[in-house]
Amino acid sequence: MYKLKYTLGSVVKYVSLLLGLFAALIPIAVVFFASFKTSSEYKSSGPLTPPENWTNFENYTRAFVEGNMMVGFVNTTIILLVSIVGATLTGSMIAFVLNRFKFRGSNLLMGAFLLATLIPAVTTQVATFQIIEGLGLFNTRGAAIILYMSTDIIAVYIFLQFMDSISVSLDESAMLDGASYVTIFRKIILPLLKPAIVTVIIVKGVNVYNDFYTPFLYMPKKELHVISTALFTFKGPYGSQWEVICAGIMIAIIPTLIAFISLQKHIYNGMAGSVK
Amino acid sequence: MFKFSNLSYDAQRRVIIILFSIVPVALLITFAYIPVANMFYYSFTDWNGFSDKEFVGFENYLTIFTDPEYFVVFKVSLYYFFATFVQMGLALYFATILSFNVRFKNFFKGVLFFPYLLNGVAIGFMFLFFFRPEGTLDTVLNTLGLGEFIQLWLGNPDIINISLAGTSIWRYMGFNFIIFLGAISSIPKDVYEAAEIDGANKWHQFRYIILPSIRRIIQLNLILAISGALSSFEIPYIMTAGANGSKTFVIQTVDIAFKYGKVGLGSAMAVVLMIIVIVVTLIQKKFFKED
Repeated sequence: MYKLKYTLGSVVKYVSLLLGLFAALIPIAVVFFASFKTSSEYKSSGPLTPPENWTNFENYTRAFVEGNMMVGFVNTTIILLVSIVGATLTGSMIAFVLNRFKFRGSNLLMGAFLLATLIPAVTTQVATFQIIEGLGLFNTRGAAIILYMSTDIIAVYIFLQFMDSISVSLDESAMLDGASYVTIFRKIILPLLKPAIVTVIIVKGVNVYNDFYTPFLYMPKKELHVISTALFTFKGPYGSQWEVICAGIMIAIIPTLIAFISLQKHIYNGMAGSVK
Repeated sequence: MFKFSNLSYDAQRRVIIILFSIVPVALLITFAYIPVANMFYYSFTDWNGFSDKEFVGFENYLTIFTDPEYFVVFKVSLYYFFATFVQMGLALYFATILSFNVRFKNFFKGVLFFPYLLNGVAIGFMFLFFFRPEGTLDTVLNTLGLGEFIQLWLGNPDIINISLAGTSIWRYMGFNFIIFLGAISSIPKDVYEAAEIDGANKWHQFRYIILPSIRRIIQLNLILAISGALSSFEIPYIMTAGANGSKTFVIQTVDIAFKYGKVGLGSAMAVVLMIIVIVVTLIQKKFFKED
């Protein structure tokens, strides 16, 4: 009897896992199938039918060239690199000051950073837009870079949390050896912050790569398209050529898949750690 | 020659404090506080983005709260709000079973989490493809012999928000899942062993060990769900641009401010949304303090 109940439990468990698996994969798999189909094959076959020829890369070439995806990748890469380096540097620097020094106004400063987490970024775009325009950054990569760097209070948070676990006595013993604060920051704090930096890079990377709102609003110029906005332009003119759009979707997804597979462990730790 | 390390520690301290905080603080003020202040100011004007600003008092707010066209969008939020319960239920279920012995555990974890990492535009297109007439969903239903349930998933105003909220579940379930997984894994293993010795079955373990241990995380997620539901934008915007009654509050705000150039009115809408979200967040913080 016990045995029977146990097996039944297992069956329910695995069936539900398989259902979850299909629900997660089918929308991606059908896009993957369609991306290899020729136009006539696409029209004549159902979405669940695999393509006849798995090496038909014509749709990929078309999506990549006509969809301006090369420009998208270049812009996304530039913006990613600069804003990640920027957010890591500014985030760790302010966290160092807030965590290690007590001074007049330090509580106020801390409060200002905490309070800012309350402001939902999505609501202030109307006013932020005027500032970006006033700074002459509208339709430049600078707009996205400066916005990704400045709104990153989460990075500051993650650094503050890690900094707490780095003992102050390390700083003190370095000071006995005559190390300057800059040396302490560079040679002691930054290396010990490595797990936090990896977390910030991943969380930030995911956000920046997938963000649509910021580039759509602040960099509408064609030469400044990122992956998201380049893909979005398929919407009108390619409305009936789903096989090309599907190739475009896959082009946007493949880098994520590679990054996910190679960084899996760090991603799990980072995601779980960043909300605690 | 000047060397930084020759300065006294007290002088170093001053220099570091100023040098290290000047950029982050400038960014914080420019992109967090000034926009909020300006937004309040614009919300009392009839500004269109270029003209002179004329002060109109509470007129914009009056428009939002009296004209049903503006208020109806909150109804759409309800769909996303209820969807979050489904999303969290699924996340909790999968997180619980994958915390115990399961074959191919890491593979399942990866697959369930992966959608969360995908590009928003790619997901939007993927589900346009999924919901098309004779698209993936229709084909699956036909294969299962459920063809009679086929609908115009994105063409029928009664169903469109369910389809879109479903897409939202697909996209964000992995996030809740990974958070729950992390929370459950922090429960010491010997607690389960002790419970098993006392004769507790899996359901008892879930009900009396797991659920209480991750109560806070569930609460947090629930309240984040409200602000998430209010500020949903990407999926409906990319998929339908707000057509067929799928307009959310943020789509409405963006349209009003950027498409129709009514920055004053758009700002007032943004202020309303911000206040609701802040109130929700404060309630959540209070919850956490009392625990």
